[in-house]
Amino acid sequence: MLLEVEDVHVHYGKIAAIRGLSIEVAEGEIVTLIGANGAGKTTTLKTISGLRPLSRGRIRFDGRDISRMPGHKRVLAGIGQSPEGRGVFPGMTVADNLAMGAYARRGDTAKELAEVYELFPRLAERKGQMGGTMSGGEQQMLAIGRALMARPKVLLLDEPSMGLAPMLVQQIFSIIEEINRRGTTVLLVEQNAAQALQIAHRAYVLETGRIVKSAPAAELLDDPQVRAAYLGGGTDVAEAEQPGEA
Amino acid sequence: MASLRAVTGTVARVRDGWASAPGRVRWPVYALLVLGALILPADSIGSFMSPSSNWSDLLFFPIGGYILLAIGLNVVVGQAGLLDLGYVAFFAIGAYSMAVLGKLHGWDFWAIVPVGIVIAAASGVILGAPTLRLRGDYLAIVTLGFGEIIRIVAQNTDSIGGPNGISGIPHPPTLTEWAVPDVQPFSGLGLGGLQPFTYGALDSRPYYYLMLLAIIVVIVFVVRLNRSRVGRAWAAIREDEDAAELMGVPTFKFKLAAFAIGAAIGGLTGVIYGSQATSIIPKNFEFMVSALILAAVVLGGSGNLPGVILGAFLVAWLPERFRALNDYRVLFFGLALVVMMALRPEGLLPSRRRKAELQEGTGGMGGLGAEVAGPDGDPHEAKAEVTG
Repeated sequence: MLLEVEDVHVHYGKIAAIRGLSIEVAEGEIVTLIGANGAGKTTTLKTISGLRPLSRGRIRFDGRDISRMPGHKRVLAGIGQSPEGRGVFPGMTVADNLAMGAYARRGDTAKELAEVYELFPRLAERKGQMGGTMSGGEQQMLAIGRALMARPKVLLLDEPSMGLAPMLVQQIFSIIEEINRRGTTVLLVEQNAAQALQIAHRAYVLETGRIVKSAPAAELLDDPQVRAAYLGGGTDVAEAEQPGEA
Repeated sequence: MASLRAVTGTVARVRDGWASAPGRVRWPVYALLVLGALILPADSIGSFMSPSSNWSDLLFFPIGGYILLAIGLNVVVGQAGLLDLGYVAFFAIGAYSMAVLGKLHGWDFWAIVPVGIVIAAASGVILGAPTLRLRGDYLAIVTLGFGEIIRIVAQNTDSIGGPNGISGIPHPPTLTEWAVPDVQPFSGLGLGGLQPFTYGALDSRPYYYLMLLAIIVVIVFVVRLNRSRVGRAWAAIREDEDAAELMGVPTFKFKLAAFAIGAAIGGLTGVIYGSQATSIIPKNFEFMVSALILAAVVLGGSGNLPGVILGAFLVAWLPERFRALNDYRVLFFGLALVVMMALRPEGLLPSRRRKAELQEGTGGMGGLGAEVAGPDGDPHEAKAEVTG
């Protein structure tokens, strides 16, 4: 396993946001974590990337226990994240944002830069533009591209579809698939469960800080409970099942 | 309004030209600026700039002092984006270092300078280490408290004079008694016979030159720092601290460094101030000084050095220039600040990137109150962030 989260608990003050969460991500996979608002998806990612301390449990990455490693060191260990709300540096140009992505690494980054511009031609067109003046979709591309600059082994994506037009969501998701095809493991947190389940290999369903279900993504797409709760297919399922029972 | 826009347009064009200007254009301009600063104490300039008080006194303090303090606070507020409301504490620590070591222990000014800087920087680290996990307004409140604590401790510690402070602080030793020859053009400027390296009780001009030297050295240091990896890390922290950590920036370490460097510059200002003032009292280091220096940074254009220097100059000079208005000058000064913030919240000479940050509501000062994320385990943010 590339990433193993074992029985992790996270607290905000006295409130438990994550209670005994365990997930595993193998090399080369796209794993998605779906769940409603407040289920603890973002907290889970923040705990993996080191922005949040865990109060119990263990995180192993690439064979090492990183539970107590500070966030900035996990970047070098191989964890890259595109944070919630994109976190683009508004006063830096696209090129400077991408350069920040490679901050922790020394040495030549021309190869990674070329790859990011190839994945996101839009960024190449806007090299000199300030991050803060870009559209939501462009900022999302920039956030993902910036995370790739550190050459992560696993890429954590927090709600990449948030606030984007459906066309753009499609585009972003096919780029995520392409990134995965080129060898980067992806852990994807999404509210847009339908989209996420279509590209993921495996999925976990998170409810109030606990994993309530884990299965191959294709299975969850057909799971009546998941459809009812996350795919907006509640009435469909009910109608489809009733004639069967009668 | 139209003329205001024309002026700002011209300023923007000049700045664009300046940003791309090669070294052969820049260096002569820097040299001219230093030359201008050297002849600033001239009588003819003083009679216009401050008809009612001693111009060279003003040039040393508050003008020179405020400029140096503003450059130091700008490292913390403008570059790293940390709101510090107790900056006067480091100024006080520098001044008291000068007073205690100089008066009570008989140290030489030149020996106290590095020691005062180190003491101030260390106190910056001591303040920062436990508090820099706080963000935005929480940090502001803690630093505000620290500023008051330092002053009140000084007031209640009898061994350093209590409320009466320390008087009889020695002046720096005379470096050379060399005097500016009393010939044209110097005599015309009123600078003839001036002994710029003789530090006495009457003439403030040698102290002004000392302050000017400190300002130039600090500017070079700060500009070089800002162009380095440290500066890039600060910019990232200022714009989005979590994202900076995700890029591999050791955010805590760099915030602490910003605090220490800002504190060191404040301490340096304090040592120089103490060496001229002869006596200091805790009342010299009230919250008002922190507020004024912060006003200077914000007014001038937080993060942009020329802007910050201009802001400090105006904050120090305007109330003195309009002394004739008596107590109303403070009223007008407050009014001017309010109007300024309403019409041009990014400051007189903001940096380009600062504008972009303000529009996003980030960048420390710009994001004051807008930042939701807080310290680790802080209960106040629980509601806001559990929803992730």
